[in-house]
Amino acid sequence: MKENVVIRTVTRILVPFIQVFGLYVIVHGAAGAGGGFQGGVAFAASFILIMIAFGAAEVRRRIDNRGIMCYSVIGICIYCGIGLLCLLYAGNFLELNVIEAALGIPHLHGILIDIVEAGIGITVMAVMISIIYDMADDGGESS
Amino acid sequence: MKKKALIAILFIGIVLFWAVEDMPAYGDPTSPATQYTGQMYVERTYPDTGISNIVTAILITYRGFDTLGEVVVIFTAGISVILLLRRGGRL
Repeated sequence: MKENVVIRTVTRILVPFIQVFGLYVIVHGAAGAGGGFQGGVAFAASFILIMIAFGAAEVRRRIDNRGIMCYSVIGICIYCGIGLLCLLYAGNFLELNVIEAALGIPHLHGILIDIVEAGIGITVMAVMISIIYDMADDGGESS
Repeated sequence: MKKKALIAILFIGIVLFWAVEDMPAYGDPTSPATQYTGQMYVERTYPDTGISNIVTAILITYRGFDTLGEVVVIFTAGISVILLLRRGGRL
């Protein structure tokens, strides 16, 4: 790919803001407009932008295929773990309000929902980057 | 063939525009969509959960199992793309 100073500089400046905005959308899910799906996609978009500007190898150096798979499983495990945690407090699967009722901590319900949203965001981000990885290289030599 | 397609599109369009008249007005409180479960969600979500964003609250609490299914669907889509496009390499 031909070197292009404008694209590289703009990408370098924009990527942190996009990532902070993605995290904001995930964390803000319980209080305002936002959620795990949207935030995860916004976070993955920053990696896709790096991939367009600097090439796939630059992103792959930071997160390899194995790491991507680990992240996408970790997100679902966070979600299921919170759901199974409710069973310990004598509730149903994913019945989040029993934990707040049992422990008596205020706003715990919102915190648990934020954790679940973070799990969703991690999975969505990892799957998006994984799909872009597989489309970027020609299939054979995946490392 | 083109003429038949045009006639079909015109027919469907006229039927849809004809149906628009019977739709409830935007934000109508007496429409069926806002009366039954929607009313219940609006009334009970904040006392039940204490979360100001009603969409997230419904998505994670009342429909938590459904959302778990959505996440698993996305995960399955990623696995499928890997299996179709990534030849040879490990997961």
